Amino acid sequence: MIEVKSKFGSPAKVPAWVNLALIPLINLAAALFISGIVILIVGDDPIQALEVLFYGAFGYADAIGYTLYYTTNFIFTGLAVAIAFHCGLFNIGAEGQALMGGLGVGLAALYLDFLPSWVVIPIAIATAAAFGAFWAYIPGYLQAKRGSHIVITTIMFNFIAASIMTYLLVEVLIAPGGQSPESREFAELSWLPFFHDFLPMPDTPLNVSFIFALLLSGAFYYFVWRTRWGYEIRVVGQNETAAKYAGISPSRNIILAMALSGALAGFVGVNEVLGVHHRLILDFTGGFGFVGIAVALMGRNHPVGIFIAALLFGALYQGGSELAFEMKTINREMVIVIQGLIILFSGALENMFRPKIESFFKRKKTTTAARA
Amino acid sequence: MMTNNTALELRRVNKWFGPVHANKDISLSVGRGTIHGIIGENGAGKSTLMSIVYGFYQAEEGIILVNGKECLIDNPQASIAAGIGMVHQHFMLVDTFTVLENVILGVEGGARLTDGLTKARKELLRLEKEYSLEIDVDAYVGDLPVGLRQRVEILKALYRGAEILILDEPTGVLTPQEADHLFRILNTLRDQGKTVVLITHKLREIMAITDNVSVMRRGEMVAHVATKDTSREHLAELMVGRTVLLQVEKEEATPGKTIMKIRDLSFIDGEGVLRLKKIDLDIKAGEILGIAGVSGNGQSELLSVLGGIDRPSAGSVIYKDEDITNSRSFNARNLRKIGLGHVPEDRHRSGLILSFSAKENTILGYHDSPNYNKGTTLDQNSVLKTCEAYIEKFDVRPPDPNLNASGFSGGNQQKLVLAREMENDPDILLVGQPTRGVDIGAIEFIHKQLIEMRDAGKAILVVSVEIEEVMSLSDRIAVMFDGEIVGELDAKDATETRLGLMMAGVKEDPTSEQLEENKAADS
Repeated sequence: MIEVKSKFGSPAKVPAWVNLALIPLINLAAALFISGIVILIVGDDPIQALEVLFYGAFGYADAIGYTLYYTTNFIFTGLAVAIAFHCGLFNIGAEGQALMGGLGVGLAALYLDFLPSWVVIPIAIATAAAFGAFWAYIPGYLQAKRGSHIVITTIMFNFIAASIMTYLLVEVLIAPGGQSPESREFAELSWLPFFHDFLPMPDTPLNVSFIFALLLSGAFYYFVWRTRWGYEIRVVGQNETAAKYAGISPSRNIILAMALSGALAGFVGVNEVLGVHHRLILDFTGGFGFVGIAVALMGRNHPVGIFIAALLFGALYQGGSELAFEMKTINREMVIVIQGLIILFSGALENMFRPKIESFFKRKKTTTAARA
Repeated sequence: MMTNNTALELRRVNKWFGPVHANKDISLSVGRGTIHGIIGENGAGKSTLMSIVYGFYQAEEGIILVNGKECLIDNPQASIAAGIGMVHQHFMLVDTFTVLENVILGVEGGARLTDGLTKARKELLRLEKEYSLEIDVDAYVGDLPVGLRQRVEILKALYRGAEILILDEPTGVLTPQEADHLFRILNTLRDQGKTVVLITHKLREIMAITDNVSVMRRGEMVAHVATKDTSREHLAELMVGRTVLLQVEKEEATPGKTIMKIRDLSFIDGEGVLRLKKIDLDIKAGEILGIAGVSGNGQSELLSVLGGIDRPSAGSVIYKDEDITNSRSFNARNLRKIGLGHVPEDRHRSGLILSFSAKENTILGYHDSPNYNKGTTLDQNSVLKTCEAYIEKFDVRPPDPNLNASGFSGGNQQKLVLAREMENDPDILLVGQPTRGVDIGAIEFIHKQLIEMRDAGKAILVVSVEIEEVMSLSDRIAVMFDGEIVGELDAKDATETRLGLMMAGVKEDPTSEQLEENKAADS
């Protein structure tokens, strides 16, 4: 006797691919549709714009290199925001944490360049993590022990980080005799290898940080879903009362999750400072920290989703500059509008299509079950 | 004609929620001037049906007749206009308003509030007298005890001219005495010609007060009977669809040594309120100690202190002859390791992570046990096996370890929690509201498990607001009121009246022991 369980209130399961692929795609399509209307209004051809955008992002080897280079940053910040999300925290401060991570990288590369390459690089990566983690640890601590809201404190810490960087680059770390606020170039031994160093491809900023980001994505999955520490973080994020009941300390896990989040964000510094610029400069984070929020949201806090979302935003960054260059009515600002629309639809309006789509699949599932 | 004595009639009402057929072909006829009970398990569709009558939902098929006339009830206003009033399970009152202000809320009658208030006051006083619903109309609702707030709800309905009064689980928050008082009010209402529909899952109430009863099961109306022609056993059988044991079957307890000794335990909460006042309790092996009391009298705090979630403010907890009060190990995580199981009162808020799968919920609180870890990795295989074993042993349905906890019914969720806390072989088990929101069939099972554990020599503390449950499960009963233990008695000597009085804070004549204590305190 098989009884079809259809009790009121019990949620039926929605297939995973709907959650992970269909809904983000529909959100993306909606964003592109509205973008198309905007482009139409300013008097250009939306289809052509889409073609240029796509070609600009993936059409040739250079483009792919640039796209993946941007993607690397988005993976780091996306993972950073995601780990905090798993603990129920909204880390707006990836931007500042990335800056501090870059500072850590810079200090290591500037002052330890008497050491061999295979020592300096790991140390620089570790200091990036440590500086980023420290910058997130403080808001984490204040949230856990003092109840200061993490959103407020992390925003504040973005400003503080930016000010510190400006001060240091203008007053302390500025290259001797230099005119602009940037440090001297690092010794070549501390540079991260570019992809074009060992692959037959044109010169692009794409460097081994990309591989590091992929490895971290794997580690992220393992940590969050396969270890007891990840389990604790998720319990705290889902239900603090239950965490206390189970003897899991919310404050410890909040601090831990924030520190990890900051460390992940700090790796943007590795890609940018150690991988590309080879010197400390101002504003190398370029908003990657903020876009990381959208990446994490769109990627549903899962490394696979985050990779796809990061790739999308990487493509938008790269294809977008191409678009601004190629089509006369579309300027840099218009590209930002398109990005904004995507963030709006996949982040803020995430729940616009979801309930309808989910109920459609639930109904479908239950009716097939009832028929069987 | 029939219509003259039928106040409310439903004909073939059908309601779907998506694919869920919540009400199947429901027909119901409620006689004027009667108290009609509707009984059924959680999820049987009682509340849905009444929400249809009250206009919160609309039925896809079927008609509603009030006084023999077909009524289109598509919103609560239409329902009120038809003379139907509803007293909700959770009161819909504004705490900072007076009784009078609450009653006229929504029917203020004109722009000038004073006119409405004066008129309402007169009317309200008349209603109070007519139905003996004494209440101070100028008291602030926030200051009133729960029983009186319910009275305000009833007055609200009557003030709006309700001829048919629907009460949804009205006694959930009342002491037995308050419940009896409510029943007297309902009787008066009936005598004055009003019609009362009482929704409940408590058989006692149905037998005590109703004239007729309708039984619902899985969205269907399975029986209409006159109360005098039925029995509790018969109704329970109709509700569940099979014979159930209402009384817990158990042998005499053989209490062993005291596993947990609690002395002078006090607890001040985060807001500085003294929630526990010098609690003394002995929890013994092989015995079930029941804590009775109206909810909110310190039981939750007692559980959370004993479970290591909150630290006591004063007093001592001696566990297996060792004073652990001030030790570092007096926290939820370590207590589990030294043999304490804890089934929390509120499984949704504490006992389970609803968005996690059954599998992941299996290890909540035990996630760092070596059984579930291989080095740094959580051993998925062992977690899955454990979960499957729990599901099998506790007959959890559906037997799917990957289903999210939110996808199980209340009873099955509770089984998941119980399995986790019992199967880790604790020496002492704290159980809060063992069967809240659990169907009768599962209640029987859960009670049996608890008795089995007792017989295996474990110490068990059961906290429940269901007085019947405390009485039938426990070997000893302590009653809590306002953070104090007002009395402790052998379950054999407990009667509903005695417990009820204690639950209202009435202390019994001091025993010689207490007299001695008082003397000691005086000198």
